[in-house]
Amino acid sequence: MDFTTHVINGLGLGSIYALVALGYSMVYGIVQLINFAHGDIIMVGGYSVYLIMVMNGLPAWIAIPASLIICAVMGMLIERIAYHRLLVHNAARISLLITALGVSMFLQNSFMLLFGSEPKAMSIFDSQPINLGSLVLDFSTLLNISVSVVMMIGLQLLVNKTKIGKAMQATSEDAGAAKLMGINTNNVVLFTFAVGSALAAVGAVLYCNTYPQIKPDMGNLLGLKAFVAAVLGGIGSIPGAMLGGYALGVAESLTKAYISTRLTDAIVFSILILMLLVKPTGLMGKNRKEKV
Amino acid sequence: MKKMRIVSLLMVAVMLTGAFAGCKSKKSDTIKIGGLAPLTGGVAQYGQAVDNAVKIAIEEINAKGGVLGKQIEYKSVDEKGDPTEAVNAYYSLAEEGIVALIGDVTSKPSKSVAEKAAEDNMPMITPSGSEESITASGTNVFRTCFIDPYQGKLMATYANKELGAKSAAILFDTGDPYSTGIADAFEDTAKALGMTVTNNEGYASGSTDFKTQLTKIQKSKPDVLLLPVYYSDVALIAAQAKQLGITAKLLGGDGWAGVLNQIDENNIDVLANAYFCNQFDPTSTDQEMQDFLKKYRERYDAEPIMFSVLGYDTAYILAAAIEKAGSTDADKIIAELNKTDYDGLTGKTVFNEKRNPVRQAYITTFDGKKEKVLQSYSVD
Repeated sequence: MDFTTHVINGLGLGSIYALVALGYSMVYGIVQLINFAHGDIIMVGGYSVYLIMVMNGLPAWIAIPASLIICAVMGMLIERIAYHRLLVHNAARISLLITALGVSMFLQNSFMLLFGSEPKAMSIFDSQPINLGSLVLDFSTLLNISVSVVMMIGLQLLVNKTKIGKAMQATSEDAGAAKLMGINTNNVVLFTFAVGSALAAVGAVLYCNTYPQIKPDMGNLLGLKAFVAAVLGGIGSIPGAMLGGYALGVAESLTKAYISTRLTDAIVFSILILMLLVKPTGLMGKNRKEKV
Repeated sequence: MKKMRIVSLLMVAVMLTGAFAGCKSKKSDTIKIGGLAPLTGGVAQYGQAVDNAVKIAIEEINAKGGVLGKQIEYKSVDEKGDPTEAVNAYYSLAEEGIVALIGDVTSKPSKSVAEKAAEDNMPMITPSGSEESITASGTNVFRTCFIDPYQGKLMATYANKELGAKSAAILFDTGDPYSTGIADAFEDTAKALGMTVTNNEGYASGSTDFKTQLTKIQKSKPDVLLLPVYYSDVALIAAQAKQLGITAKLLGGDGWAGVLNQIDENNIDVLANAYFCNQFDPTSTDQEMQDFLKKYRERYDAEPIMFSVLGYDTAYILAAAIEKAGSTDADKIIAELNKTDYDGLTGKTVFNEKRNPVRQAYITTFDGKKEKVLQSYSVD
């Protein structure tokens, strides 16, 4: 029974990793950029809910959609201001990567300047324990799992059934050819950033609901773990990112329960190293041949 | 060795310049007291709190005529929370001829400085370095705050005797000596009092998810749960404990002070059943305390914290010892510090044979969005 509880707790935590990992994965799939500023979008999401709900006293049903919009706009702004020129001019990967790190530092430090470095408290939904027989779970865990599943289904539909989704797939497969077929790849990239950032905002809301505290550097470790989840699942793959997130969450929870609370992060990152040694493309990654 | 020779040459040079300077202006009109505090860096808020309060105290003492008929000249140096910087700053203060030292503020630099100060037999009081071995460095090293294990012992005794707890669980930060110090002493005392310790769970510094550990604790339904950690972690753990339906009374140490700012109003009931030991009573109606708090707020536009109160008392304790010693001789000051019996903002302080304070703690609980002191409490 204990084991089941630990697995479910792990899935709850993994759901947040999964939602954030989706953003890493989508952006990587389209422009082969590891957007290290993605973790900080979670922080932006957290602070926008804080600003609207706690500082201005508006209800959650206004704060949550608003934070989704703020993050989506922020994602698009980052793409346009920081990455766009580099992408258009086919700049070296390393320049993109360093720009991403720069954006991440910029965001963290500006929020530290605006809100101070002290953590801020916030609670979104009232959370009561739920007793299922001998299982005691909390509401936020169940909420995390269900929201993440709904989000993944929605995203799959978006990518496979809509026109913009198909354009995303085409751009991901061959941006040059997609352009020749009349797809405005610039808009597709912008859209991908918007969707990825909005998903990060959903992750932020769930995160703040489960762990009611926000601080300017909260995106660091969370972003890193989500990135690990994306790589574990196969970067560029949507179900892979979800699977990677869940696997990581459960691995963390079980390590804490049965091995060591101190070694949790060490073990989580060892899983990544092992995975990269055994199957470098990740659990669900496609083995793409480099085109010459 | 060569280094030593250069250092001693430099010292001679400094002393000579000092002596010549002395010829021109009468510098010995003041009594110099040195201060070490992190005024910038990650723990700057603690350093500033101590330094600000010491300045207020010294000013008050000077306004009343100073000590030994002379004014006190207090000079504090920013050591940025770094042990190496702290030791260097200590040497430069010692060269300037300080007769005693207030500081350092956090445990690690305090320990490093204490070892050097012991070599010089420099009277030293740390207002807030709580790590147990600091005062063991030498018979010249004192402290005004509680040591970590004392708080563990105190809370275990309080839980057993006053709250009637029979079983206890512990959740602590394995990477923080403050946390492990309280946790270990709590466990030992609880067992000695015949309580069962159902869980002793740790977590890595910087964790935000405590559900796994709390799930285990929830299963064993202890009467009390000790969280010997700082306020921002307390806020996270208390919220998750409530989410998992843990009904145990929560206990903590002085690191809890300020936790209310970290908890959202809608979540305030997570602390409905919590107790921690504070080193002072901020709600006290005592006139001296009220005057100090008012002065501090007006002057620095900041809320005084426990570190401020400890810093203020430390300055008075030191000044009293120098006055009674009748001279600035180190041995005489140390002898008087050992005989300290001072009634200050934190209560009545005497030092034990390990030069740690023997004083009451203030058991504090929460009444809505306010801290409420229940009683003062102490153990041997």
